[in-house]
Order: sequence, then structure tokens, then C-alpha cells
Amino acid sequence: MDGMDDIVREFIVESYENLDQLDQDLVALEDQPGSRDLLGSVFRTIHTIKGTSGFLAFGKLESLTHGGENLLAELRDGKRPMTQRTTDVLLKMVDAVRDVLATIEATGLEGESDMSAVVADIQSVLDDPTEGQSEEATVVEEPAAQHDEQVDEETTVEPQEVEEALAKAPSAAPLKKTRIVAARKPRTPAAEPTPAAPHAAAPKTIKSRKAIAAEPMPSATLSAAVDDGYFDDLDSEIAEGTFEDEAALEGVVEPEIVVSNPAPVTEKVTAPADGEPREKTARERESGPARSASEQSIRVDVDVLDALMRHVGELVLARNAMTRLAGDLGDASLVRASQRLSLIATELQQGVMKTRMQPIEHLWSKVPRMVRDISASLGRQVRIEMIGQDTELDRGLLEAIKDPLTHLIRNAIDHGIEPPTVRQAVGKPVQGVLTLRAFHQGGQVVVEISDDGKGVDPLIIGAKAIERGLRTHGQVAEMSTQDLLQLLFLPGFSTAETVTNVSGRGVGMDVVRTKVESIGGVVDVQSTLGLGTTWRLRIPLTLAIMPALTVKCSGETYAVPQVSLLELLAIDDKQTGVEYVGDAPVFRLRGKLLPLVELRDVLGRPERESLVGAVVVVLHSDGGPFGLVVDQVLNTEEIVAKPIAAAVKSIGLYAGATLLGDGAVALILDVAAVARRALDVDLQEAMKKVAVDTVGASKTEPMLIVSVGEGRQVAMPLGAVTRLERLNASVIEQVSGSAVMQYRGKITPVADLAQLLGDGGTSREEFAVVVCTRGHHTVALVANEVVDIVDCATADFSEVSGYGLLGSIVIKDKVTELLDLHSAVESADPGFYDAEDAELVGAGSEL
Amino acid sequence: MKHQLATFKLDNRLYGVDVSRVQEALRLHTRTAVPHAPRTVAGLVNLRGQVVLMVDLRARLGREPYGPDDEPMMVVVKVDGEPVSLLVDQVGDVLELDSEQFGPPPPTLEPALRDLVTGVFSLEDGLLLSLDVDLAVRV
Repeated sequence: MDGMDDIVREFIVESYENLDQLDQDLVALEDQPGSRDLLGSVFRTIHTIKGTSGFLAFGKLESLTHGGENLLAELRDGKRPMTQRTTDVLLKMVDAVRDVLATIEATGLEGESDMSAVVADIQSVLDDPTEGQSEEATVVEEPAAQHDEQVDEETTVEPQEVEEALAKAPSAAPLKKTRIVAARKPRTPAAEPTPAAPHAAAPKTIKSRKAIAAEPMPSATLSAAVDDGYFDDLDSEIAEGTFEDEAALEGVVEPEIVVSNPAPVTEKVTAPADGEPREKTARERESGPARSASEQSIRVDVDVLDALMRHVGELVLARNAMTRLAGDLGDASLVRASQRLSLIATELQQGVMKTRMQPIEHLWSKVPRMVRDISASLGRQVRIEMIGQDTELDRGLLEAIKDPLTHLIRNAIDHGIEPPTVRQAVGKPVQGVLTLRAFHQGGQVVVEISDDGKGVDPLIIGAKAIERGLRTHGQVAEMSTQDLLQLLFLPGFSTAETVTNVSGRGVGMDVVRTKVESIGGVVDVQSTLGLGTTWRLRIPLTLAIMPALTVKCSGETYAVPQVSLLELLAIDDKQTGVEYVGDAPVFRLRGKLLPLVELRDVLGRPERESLVGAVVVVLHSDGGPFGLVVDQVLNTEEIVAKPIAAAVKSIGLYAGATLLGDGAVALILDVAAVARRALDVDLQEAMKKVAVDTVGASKTEPMLIVSVGEGRQVAMPLGAVTRLERLNASVIEQVSGSAVMQYRGKITPVADLAQLLGDGGTSREEFAVVVCTRGHHTVALVANEVVDIVDCATADFSEVSGYGLLGSIVIKDKVTELLDLHSAVESADPGFYDAEDAELVGAGSEL
Repeated sequence: MKHQLATFKLDNRLYGVDVSRVQEALRLHTRTAVPHAPRTVAGLVNLRGQVVLMVDLRARLGREPYGPDDEPMMVVVKVDGEPVSLLVDQVGDVLELDSEQFGPPPPTLEPALRDLVTGVFSLEDGLLLSLDVDLAVRV
């Protein structure tokens, strides 16, 4: 683009922006075919491009847009309705315009590409008589169309009039204005009877553009029309009730919105005192509503902002060093100076960050067009809902989530939303809804993509995972729904039965996940079969500078991004809350088991002698929360992630490195990677199950709790127990290597639970015996004491297990293991369950 | 043709790298260990605000590791425009050497060295092994 005229460059940048808006407007037009507002906006955009390209001697562009303009003029005038074909041809024209602009941007010339086909297409639509008059347009909206056109013309072509009218407004308008408003008040409660006068008289009070948009802006412009004598007729018409139809009344209201939109009017209202040259106002008027750049903003090269951000990053680090030095030296004036520096640095940082923030709308604005194209090619009907378009995030991040977002949207339409016939069959509205939602939450931006489609069937995912050899049958059988959904993120996973050109080629969610994680974000999915799927991206606000926790481990300092931080726990002298499930340490946190990961183990550092005094950093990871055990938490610090050598990056534990206040390099831990590396997959998933399943209601079952060995508690279903006895140790006898006892006149095999679970053996004078009887078979299980019988939800059991165990659960503040009764009984009497003769005797206890 | 080589000592041998590749020679900075890194990574150092990888040349060349009392030095070289710090025993002079003094690496050289040494300069008082910087920093 070197050497290109500034004016051409500006034209291109502006046109691109306008075209994006155009895409949105055209797609929106399909939903609201009659909207004068949208038609007006589309018309003005094309008109602007046409005008400017004529001025800059881009003949091809001019001829392209000229055809489109003609077509749009007819649409706007209500001479033809908006049809699918019209939209198609207009979108085609937009694409062609974009192509030409790209060529101009690259070469400075329009290029050789042939646009005559597109022009011919437009012409053929224009010439097509069958596309002509529609009842809707003629009968109901005719009056509206007329008013609209005239009013619109007045504002567009003769801007002075509006201004003149504005000047006169205070005196001229109020009376008539009020009358009109009163007449249509029942239909449009938003348009309060605010006469034009207050706006013109006290314009300084209205500060933001938003506020103006919310105000009944028509007043000012209306007054122009009123001044022109035009609305006199209209007034009388309304007053006399000429319009029979309510829709017609609505139509009358609409033109106001159209005329109220042009930016210059709002600007005039906000700042009537400033001597803005008329020429500029006129130009902005042409370029359409709201989006025209106000004179308060300037375009800045992104590279400049990036460089600025880098420098601020360095400044923050220097500030950190300074603060530390000042603290060490203890010089009061130095401390003061460093505090001031710190304050300024923080403000500067926030300011620069703000310049880089962009509303997510920038990304979303392209979505309607994309959704339209995809759903058309797949034969779906999709409506988009967007919530939180003005949620802001760093433009670098915005760029980074573009591809994942596109992918997820494609996916939602292709795999989520069903074809219309299917939707009809299951009783859903034919049109599917795709909802995009963005909001700030805890210093992060959350972006959700939800569809109301068929949802993801966990069983199919499980089957696919087995088929692809990613998981075994056994693994899949034990997985919860949520775990199964997580499989979607595995590389090489696609559930699409057929590969379409939209999605289903097996590269997909893993790429999304990698991409999101590369910017320090997290992605997860929730789905309800038949109701829809929600993908949720959680991303940091900015990449350049992030708050982090500095921790000590074995004499070394590491940084943990606070994005993943949930809370900090100290382990006291008695190690309250620390339990062991098998060998794995867990922390009992508010009734839930939190797996503990020793950072020393992860980093291969010498093992800690005791957990006492250590700090548990509770972190969020894909597999749910986990506790990272560190020696000490030092500080929270704003850190700037520095790139690290590939040799260090490839270790896969570090997200980068940073410089601390004392100048030392600290590695930034990649929390997701640490979790993946440290947590045994089974353990992690079992823990997740604890978290997930306790939420959902599950059926409860009475459980017998007995103590075993050294302070362990074991639970078994009470229903399987026939009797409980308290017996003396002497009853047990050894017969050919196996323990037996005489019980109710029979020789009964005995299994010592302590021995079975690898906890030595039960060596007590007296102990509890759990008797299980099935037909003629009876087995006695030996434990220390019967502790309790409690009702608990079997689903609450996490699958943290060892030999002879099915899982574990917290009962009355103690980790209790669920006995694998089946194998325990079989260890004593292998034929116990083979016995054909009828059921288990019991279902209760005879204490 | 003359060659300018920055020299350094490592385990009683003299090595040299093309002087144009050398950015600076410094006393040892505080380094940050990188757990699970290859043995040849001596850590990361802060070089005027830049985080720089430090390569343990002794490990790279298959020599004995440093003891606790050793005070190695840093030779910072440029690789693809990025600085990389090499850990060496002692930094020597920059020598201007003649092509005639240059010969191929002797076949008796240990395998660990043979790949990294481009050739040998014979000096009056011994040999100078010329190192391939790009290969040496590949850890």
C-alpha cells in the first residue's frame, strides 16, 4: 500500500467497515423484510461507496454498486419485497465489492477481474417482473414508505435544513411534536412526550451517544419535518384516525427512527456550540448512522499500540524492582517516590490496556453473514441471538479466539441444530436458535456459544472413543456424562457421521482447545440430549500483563497465573483436612475431596518431610479443582510473560518466564499442563465425579460403616448384610490355611477386612463380624467395630480406590472407603455367588 | 584468509567461536533452574530485561559437570538474532588466526565433540577447537 493516496486508503478502511455493517444489515433484513431502518442504512452504505468510487475513478466499483443501489432504491421505496434471491444477489455484490477493494488495497488498481456477471445478476433481478409488487409493501406499508422516502431525502440531501430547523426547533416544534407523540403514544411507549426544545436548549447535559440513542431522538429531526410543513398533513391524518390499521400507525412511527439515526443530528444536539465545518457533517451523514467515526476518535496503527503495551510491560517490571528496592532501603522519601511511580504506572497500564480493548462485537459482526451462509448450505434455519456485544477484551485475544469461535459456530449449526424437518418432528420450532453470550466474570471474559439443537449423546461419544481406540470399554463404562463430553476435545475425534464441507473432518475441538489454552484460556462443554449444547470459553482480559501468585518450592520461585487461582489453604500442625485415599493425599474442603498435587513431585525436587506448614494453592483445571502443595506463598505480582526458548517450552510445564522485582527469572507454571501431568487420569476423573455427582440428586442407600485396621473406615451396603455380631477373637480357627469359625452350628469361612485391604490384620480381643448369607453359603467378615449406619447417595462415591475398594466418600468428616463386598466375600468363599439356591438372606440386620 | 575467534577454556581445552557471533562475555548471573529440562540446559538468566537460555557447554560436550566451587563465566552468542548464553570455564582472548593453521577435526576426537567441532586450529602451544555455534546451542 506504499505510495497509495491517503484518501484511497481511508476509503478502503472505511468501506471495509461499512461492508461488514452491510453484511449484518442484509442478513437482518431477511428477518425483518419491511424494515425501513435497515434498508435506509444499506442504501446509504452502498450509496457512499458508489459516490466515493466515482470520485476516485474506480469505474468498476461504481458500476457494481450502481446496480445494487438501483435495486435497493426499489426495495426502499417498497416497489419490491425483500426475497431470498434479492438478498443473495446483494450479498454477492458485497463480496464482489470486497474483492475489488482487496485488489485496490494490494495494487492500487481495480484489477482485471470481471464483474459483469454480478452486474448482470443484479440487472436480472431488477428486470424480473415476478419479483415485483407485494401486497405487504403496497397495502400496509405504502404510506410509511412515502413518508420515509421524503423525510429521508430531506435529511440526506439537504443537511442544512436540519440544522436550520434545529436552530428554530425550540420555538417551532414543541406544540406539534407533542401532538404527534400523543397520537401514537399507546403504540410506542419508548417515545416519551419529550419535546424537541429541551434537547436543543440544554444539549450539554447529554453526554454519551448511548444516552442519545435511548432518548426519543426523533424530536429534533421531526421538528425539521414539521418546520417544513410536511408533517402537518400527517398530523391531521393521525388526529382524524385515517389509518385504519395499527400496522399502518406503526409504519408512521418508523420513518422517525430512520431520520433520527444519522449521526450528525445527534452530534449537533450534543455539541451545538462547536463550529464543525458543514462539509464534514454532510460526509458523515452520508456514511450512515452511529458507526461513523466521531471526531473524538482517531485511527492508530496497531503496531504502535503493541509497542506501547510492551513498553508499559517493561515499566511495570521496573516499577516492581523499584518498589522492592525502596522497601529494602527503607528511605521514606524514596518509598514515597516509588509509590507515586507505582500509581502512575498502574494508571498508564490501565490506560494503554483500554486502548487495546475492543468490544467483542467486532468479532460477532461477521457472524450473522457466516451463519446465514452455513445454514443455507446445510439446509438449516437458524436465528442468532447475541447478548453482551459490548463486552470488551484485548484485541490480540479477540484475534486469537476468532478461529475457535468460528469453528464452534460452524459446529453448532452442523452438528447441533437439526434440519427443519427433524425439528418439526420432535416438536421444536423449525428455526433453531444460536445464542452468543459474552460477559465479564472474575477478571475473565466468558464467551458462550449455545444452540438449541439435538445435544451431544454421551453414549455415541463413548462408542466413538472406543472405535477410535482412544479409550477402552472399561474406561468408558465408568465415565460420567461430563467426562464423556470432555472426550470431544481429544485429537482425532469427530462425531459427525458424514463429513460435510463445513465440519467433521476430525480436526476440531482439540484445535479449539489448544488455541484457547495457548492464550491462557479454558474451554468446556455442557450438553443436554435433545435440548442443546453450550460451549464456554473463559479467557483472560489481556495477555501482556497478568496478575500472578509467586510461590516458593524447594528454594525456587515460580509464578502461578491468578486466572486459575481459586483459593489458598494453609495446612496446620495437625494437618486438619488432609486424608489419604490409598497413597494419594486429598484435602477435605467443604465436604468435597480435593486431590493434592505436590509441586515438588511435579518438578522432581526432593520430597517434603511433612505437609505441616505447607500451603495448598487451589487451582482450577479442566478436570475440576485441585490443590497444588507449595512451600510458601510469597506475593501477588503483576508479571509480564516473556518468551522462552523452545527447549524450555517443549518441557510442557511452563507457560513462559517472567522477571521478578529482584531481577530474578521465574518460570510461569502452566496450570493445565501441571494438572494433566500430575493427576493420574483416573484419580482426576474420579474427583470430578465427586464434584459433578454430588450436585445432582441421586438415590440413597443405607450403608453400614465399620472401622478397619488403623483408623480406616469402610462402608458396605446394608442390604447385603445378614447379621452383625460381636465375637471374641478365639472363635477363629485355621483350617488348612484358611480362617474359619463356627457360627450357628456351621463352619463359616472368614475374611479379615484389614488383611484384605492390605492393612495388616485385625488383632483384637473382641471384634465385629459382618455376616453375609446367601442360600446355604455364609461368610463372616471381620472388622474392628461397627461405627454407624448412614443413608448416603451411592453416586457420591468417588472412584478413588485401591484393591478391594469401589470408591470413597466423606461421611461425618472422615474419608470412608466403599468396600467391594463382592470380591471380599468371594475371597472367603469363591462359590458364594455361584449358589443357585435363591437370594441373599438378609436385607437388614439382626443385632 | 584471517579468522577471528573468541576463545574460551572448557575442561582444560581451548575452544573458539566466530567472533562475529559473540555478543558479550559476562561473569555468571544468577540463574534460574528449569526442572525437567535436558541436562544441557543450565537455566534461564535475566540479561537486561530479556530472559535468556543458558546452555551448559560442559554437558553439551560430554565433559565433567561443574562442582559447587567452580565459577564459570557466560559467553553470550547470537543465534537467529536471539541471545543464548553459553556456560564456559574461563573466557580467553580473541585470536586472529590464519586459514593455514586450520585442519579438519582429528578422527580421535570423542563422538560427542566431533559433531560440534568444525575443525582445529594448531597454535604454538596447543590446539584450538572451533565450535559450530548453531549446533552447540541445540539442546
